[in-house]
Amino acid sequence: MLLAILSGFLLATVAPAVHRQTGMNSGWVLAILPAALFLYFLSFLPAVGSGESIVISYPWVPGLDIQLSFLVDGLSLLFALLISGIGFFIVAYAGRYLEGHKDLGRFYVLILSFMASMLGLVLSDNLISLFVFWELTSITSYLLIGFNHEDATARRSALQGLFVTVGGGLALLTGLVMMAVVTGSYELSEILSSGDALRDHGWYVAIVLLVLLGCFTKSAQVPFHFWLPRAMAAPTPVSAYLHSATMVKAGVYLMARLNPSLGATDLWLILLGVFGALTMFTGVFMSIRSTGVKQVLAYSTVMALGTLTMLIGVGTDTAIMAAMAFLLAHSLYKGALFLIAGILDHEAGCKDFLQTGGLRHALPITATFAAIAALSLGGVIPMFGFVAKELLFEAVLEAPSLSGLLSLLTVASAILVVAVAAVVGIKPYWGPRVETPKTPHHEAPPAMLAGPAVLASLGLLFGVGVAMVDRGLLSAAAGAVYGSPVETYLSLWHGFNLPLMLSLLSLVLGLTIYFNWDRFRTATGFMDDLKRFGPERAYDKSMDGLVSISEWQTRVLQNGYLRYYLLTILLSTVALVTFSIARAGGLEIQMSLAGVRIQELAIVAVLLLAALVSVTTSSRLGAVASLGAVGFSVALIYVLFSAADVGITQVLVETLTVIMLVLVLFRLPGFLGLTPQALRIRDAVVALAFGVMVALLSLAASSTRFADSISEYFIRESEPSGFGRNIVNVILVDFRALDTLGEIVVLALAAVGVYAMIKLRAEDNRK
Amino acid sequence: MTRELNIQSLILRSASQLLLPLLLMFSIFLLLRGHDEPGGGFIAGLVAASAIALHMFAQDIHQAKRVLYADPRDLVGWGLVFGVISGVPAIFKGQAFFTSQWLEFTMPILGKIKVGTPLIFDIGVYLVVVGSVLLILLTLAEAED
Amino acid sequence: METLMAFVVGGLFAAAIYMMLRRSIVKLVIGLILLSNGANLLLFTQAGMLRGAPPLVPLGATQPEGVVADPLAQALILTAIVIGFGVLAFAVVLIHRAYEVVEADDMDQMKDTDT
Repeated sequence: MLLAILSGFLLATVAPAVHRQTGMNSGWVLAILPAALFLYFLSFLPAVGSGESIVISYPWVPGLDIQLSFLVDGLSLLFALLISGIGFFIVAYAGRYLEGHKDLGRFYVLILSFMASMLGLVLSDNLISLFVFWELTSITSYLLIGFNHEDATARRSALQGLFVTVGGGLALLTGLVMMAVVTGSYELSEILSSGDALRDHGWYVAIVLLVLLGCFTKSAQVPFHFWLPRAMAAPTPVSAYLHSATMVKAGVYLMARLNPSLGATDLWLILLGVFGALTMFTGVFMSIRSTGVKQVLAYSTVMALGTLTMLIGVGTDTAIMAAMAFLLAHSLYKGALFLIAGILDHEAGCKDFLQTGGLRHALPITATFAAIAALSLGGVIPMFGFVAKELLFEAVLEAPSLSGLLSLLTVASAILVVAVAAVVGIKPYWGPRVETPKTPHHEAPPAMLAGPAVLASLGLLFGVGVAMVDRGLLSAAAGAVYGSPVETYLSLWHGFNLPLMLSLLSLVLGLTIYFNWDRFRTATGFMDDLKRFGPERAYDKSMDGLVSISEWQTRVLQNGYLRYYLLTILLSTVALVTFSIARAGGLEIQMSLAGVRIQELAIVAVLLLAALVSVTTSSRLGAVASLGAVGFSVALIYVLFSAADVGITQVLVETLTVIMLVLVLFRLPGFLGLTPQALRIRDAVVALAFGVMVALLSLAASSTRFADSISEYFIRESEPSGFGRNIVNVILVDFRALDTLGEIVVLALAAVGVYAMIKLRAEDNRK
Repeated sequence: MTRELNIQSLILRSASQLLLPLLLMFSIFLLLRGHDEPGGGFIAGLVAASAIALHMFAQDIHQAKRVLYADPRDLVGWGLVFGVISGVPAIFKGQAFFTSQWLEFTMPILGKIKVGTPLIFDIGVYLVVVGSVLLILLTLAEAED
Repeated sequence: METLMAFVVGGLFAAAIYMMLRRSIVKLVIGLILLSNGANLLLFTQAGMLRGAPPLVPLGATQPEGVVADPLAQALILTAIVIGFGVLAFAVVLIHRAYEVVEADDMDQMKDTDT
C-alpha cells in the first residue's frame, strides 16, 4: 500500500528521463502506472464491497505517535479508483495534447506527484498524514495551475488558488488537532467511532467551523468559489483532472469522511445544506452566464461541488447514496467534457462557445461522445446522471429540515444545468458552421479520444446497468459516509413520481433557456455589476493590505541598523521579564556574601576592573590586554572552584584568542568616537538594566531548584560503567558523545568558514 | 601590509625548537590520560595547536606547516571520521549509536589495559580541535603575508 | 559566592551589551568576547560553586569522595569555550571582510545589503 501511494512520487522523479527516452509515446508509457494502480485498487473491491474496511499501518514518527496508516473502505476506494482511473486517461491524453511543449517532462513530474498526493489524501487513516497530503495537493496544484509560468494571469491564478486553499488548510489543521485532542486519537478509524464524544464536547462548534473552512476553500464553496474558474489558466488536462475529478473533491471527501463523527447535527445540516445549495445555484447560474468553454465547465463543477456538499449535509441514507452516485456520475461526465474542451481547443482553436458551431462533420467522434457526456450532465434517461439526479430530487424532497429551500434551489439549478448541458453538447457541433480560429483537418488522435470515449460510455453503461456499481462500490461508499450500511439502492426507473415530473419540467425549461441563450445572458447582464462587491474583491483588498503591512513592518523593523535590532530585542526582553516577575509577585532572592575569601574577592575585582577598562579604553591594544585579563581571571575562578579542565581550556583558548586578535584586529582601523554623549548614556542605561536583570535572575535561579540534577547519575556511573575517573571527560566522550560530535562539527564548520572567506578573497584578487 | 610575522628573537627561536617536541609530547600525554585525570581531547588539542602557533611565531609559517606534516583541513576531516566511526561498533551489537564498547588487554609490563571506543572518539576530538584552530590561525597568518 | 558571582555575571553582560551597541565593529567583537565569558560564568554559577572538590574519582575507587562539583556544567562550559573560539574567529574574519568591502569601521555604513 505504501508503495502504491509513493509510486507516483517515485515515477515523478524519473518521468522527465522517461519522456526523453520515449518521445511522443511518453504519455502512454507513463500512464501504465495509474492503470496498474487502478487494477491494484480494484482488487480490494470484493472485500470492501462486502462491507469490510482495511487498515494498514507503518510506524512513521513513533515518538510523536504518528503512524503512516491507510484506511481502505468504500469511500476511499471509490476515490482511489476515480483518481487512478481518470489519471490514466489524463496522462495518456496529456502526452498528445502537450506534445512538443518544452516543459512536458516537468508536467509529468507535477501531475504524477499530484496523483500520488491525492491518493495519499484519500487513503490516509492518520490525521497528520492526511493533512500533509492535503497540503501537498495544494502545492502541486499551485504548480500545475501556474504551469504556463510565463503568463502573468496563470501566475496570479495559481497564487490565488494557493492562498485560498492553504489559508483554509491552516484552519483545517487546527480543527483536526482539536478533534484529535477531544477523541484522544489521530487515527480516523478510531475517530469515526467516537462521534458522540465529539458532538457533546464544548469544542464541537469550533471544530466544525474550522474543518469546514478548510473543506469549503478546497472545494470552492461560496464565498470561496472564485478561485476555481480562475484555475482554468492551467493546461486543459490539468483542469480536467484537478478541477473536475480530484483536487476540488478533496474537500467533499473530507466532509463525507467526517460525516459519521461530525454530522447529524443541526449545525452541520444548516451549514452544509445552505452553503451547498447556494454554491450549487451560484455555480450553475455563473456557468450559463459564461461563454468561455472552460469557464462554463468550471462553474458547473462549482455547481456539482455545491450539490455534493448539500447532500452530505442533508445526511439521510438516500442523500448519502445520492451524493456517492452524483460524485461518480460527475467525475465521469466532467472528465470527459473537459477533455473534449481540450480537443476543441487543440483541433479547432476554440476557447469560447460563441466561436463554435457545426463542427459535427469535422469532429464526428468527439461530437458523439460530447453528446453522451452532456446527456449525463443534463440528467437525461438512461444516463447514469439521470439516476443520480432522480435520487438527488428524492433526497432533498425528503430532507429532515430546510426541505423547501433546498428543493427550490435544486430544481432551479436542475433547469439551468439542462441549459448548460445543451450549450456544451449541442452548440459546438450542430447548427450552422461557424468560422473557427483553426480549421480542423482531422479528428483528434486516439490518445486524446480514449479518455472522453471511455468516460462518457461508462456514464451510459452505469445508467443502463446500474446494478454494476450499485451493490458493492457505491453502497460500501455510502455506508462509510453514513456510518452504517445503507438500504437505498439505485434503479433507473422509479415509476411516475414527483422526481420524474421535476426532471421533465427541468428538461423543458432548460431547453427553452438554451434556445434563448443570448437573450438570457443579456437579461441577466446586471449581475456583472455585482462583481464589484464579490468575494474576489475582498480577496484582492486583503492581499493589498498584506503587502502594505509587510512594507510597513520591513521599513520599521528591518531598518538595517544592528544596534536598533539589539535594542528592540533587549528592551522587549527586559519588559517581558519585568512583566512576568511582577505578575508572579516578585522574586525570591537569598543573598549572602558569607564565606567569600579575600583572594576570590581580589580576582573578582580584577575581572570587573578589566572589563570596565576594555569598555572605556580608546586603544585597541589596551582593549585586547584587558580582555586577556578578564579571560585569565575567569580561568582562575574555574580553577578555584573545582573545574580544573575548564580552567585549563580557558587559559589555552584565551591565549589563542589573543593571537588571533593580534593577527586580525590590528588590520582594522582604530576606534572612532562616533556616538554623541547622549546616545552613549542611553546605551549605558539599557546595558545596565539588562545586566541588573541577568544578575537578579541568576540570584533567583541559584536559590531555587525544581528538579534533581542528572549529574548524580554521571557521578555515580562514571567509573563503574564509563571506566574513567575524570567525570567531565567521561561525559564528553562517552555519556554525551553525540552532543560532543555536534560540537566538533560546529568547530570544524567555523574553521572551514574562516578558510573559505579568506581564500575566496584571494581568488577574487587574482582575477 | 608586509609586517614581519615572525619575531626576531634568538632566545624564542632556540626555545621553540626545544619546546615544540616537549609540548607535542605533553599534548599526547594529556590526551591519553584525559579519561582519568584532567586532560582529554579538547585540552590536548589546544595545547598542540598552541605549540605549533608558538612555533609559527618563532620561526615562520612554512616551518610550522612542516611540523604539522598534514594539511589542517585533512586533520579536521579525519577527526570527524574518527568521531563518527567510534559510534558505529555499538550498532553491530544492537545497541544505540555511540554506546561505548571496551576491549581489555593484558600487556607484559603495563598490566591490564582497557581500550574503548571513547578513546577513539577522544582522538577524533583532538584532531578536529588541532585541525580547526590551526586552520584558522594559519589561514589568518598567510593572509597577513 | 553565588551572590557575588551573580553581580560579576551581570557586570559582564552589561559591559558586553554596551560594547555591542557601539557603531565600531571592533567594539562589537570585544562585546562578543565579554558576552561569551559572561554566559559561561552564568552557567558555572548556576551549577553551584564548590571549593576543592573536582569531579574526579580517586585511583582505585569507584565513587568520588564526598560531594563534588557538577561535572555536567563543566562539560558544557568546556565545549562552549572551544566553540566560542571557533565562532569568534568566524565573526572576526567576517567583520574583517565586511570592513574590506565597505571600507568603514562604522556599522551605520553597513546597513545596505547590496554593497
